[in-house]
Amino acid sequence: MGNGTELGRVRGLGSAKEGTHHWWSQRLTAAANLFLMVWFFIAIARLPAYDYETVRAWLSSPWAAIPMLLLIASVFYHFRLGLQVLIEDYVHGAARVMWLLALNFFSVGSAAIAIFAILRVAFTVTGVPHG
Amino acid sequence: MASPSRTPTARARPLSPHLSVWKPGPAMIVSILHRITGDGMATVGTVVLVWWLAAISGGPASYAPFHYVFMALWGGAIGYLFGIGLTLSFFQHLATGIRHFFLDVGANYDLKGNRAGSIATMVFSVVATAAFWAYLTMVK
Ligand code: HEM
Ligand code: HEM
Repeated sequence: MGNGTELGRVRGLGSAKEGTHHWWSQRLTAAANLFLMVWFFIAIARLPAYDYETVRAWLSSPWAAIPMLLLIASVFYHFRLGLQVLIEDYVHGAARVMWLLALNFFSVGSAAIAIFAILRVAFTVTGVPHG
Repeated sequence: MASPSRTPTARARPLSPHLSVWKPGPAMIVSILHRITGDGMATVGTVVLVWWLAAISGGPASYAPFHYVFMALWGGAIGYLFGIGLTLSFFQHLATGIRHFFLDVGANYDLKGNRAGSIATMVFSVVATAAFWAYLTMVK
């Protein structure tokens, strides 16, 4: 570490202005995923059945809806970072830009659908939603 | 495709040794597995999960096709295929993810320990998947 200004070295962000942010976010979300995904597998295993009434009743409880929302946020951010590395490793030139754009559409779009679906179930108080 | 920085006058640079010069071993296998399982869950797993959540929120009529494809058609064969595949991916990625945490802090780089740890992740994922599906299909 002999280059750059002292302030630059203290900030430790390097020439890309990002430092280890991507790497660290991948780790933070990995740790969150560990808890949330283990919870999810246990919750799925403990459901008595997988018909509509049972799974809807389960998802409408805050005890399922809130961890599910956290799971979507953490897992989708985590795999967005992970797939970015995959694309950077294997796709070069102009095609890389298209793939990275497609990745953002996929991860943000699918997360929006998932979050909307969870909230819709959680906020529908009685009976079956219309449509 | 040539990278933009590589001009005709550029000299051949030394390259990092890759795939072809290495003898396969457990550490290499689990490294590849971590990537494949992560990417598999991120693509296939995401589609199944989002379909499931959207189907629940859409009401019984929208849950019916999901239930049919994964749980009724061909005795639920598609459900078993995707369910067991994603479970195995999850437990493998979980174990190699924890392996990453150890490597990140500089632990377990000695050859024997690293080899044993790599093998342990695969043993764990198979045993955990078998236990999970035994519970789902037999105990319940
Ligand atoms: C048990 C919870 C999880 C843990 C502990 C975990 C851990 C990790 C770690 C440490 C990395 C970084 C590896 C590296 O830097 O080379 C990673 C990468 C990745 N993870 Fe996870 N993860 C978990 C769950 C998930 C889930 C649920 C998904 C997908 C839905 C996922 C998708 C990915 C992807 C796509 C990568 C990039 C792999 C690559 O191309 O190298 N992870 N994971
Ligand atoms: C299909 C199998 C493989 C895949 C998908 C793969 C993927 C990767 C990835 C994603 C990186 C970047 C890691 C990072 O930045 O954290 C990497 C780096 C590296 N891989 Fe592989 N790898 C594979 C097989 C191998 C094998 C078998 C070896 C040799 C034992 C190897 C040797 C290396 C080395 C030496 C680096 C570091 C290169 C550098 O930092 O300059 N890889 N590989």
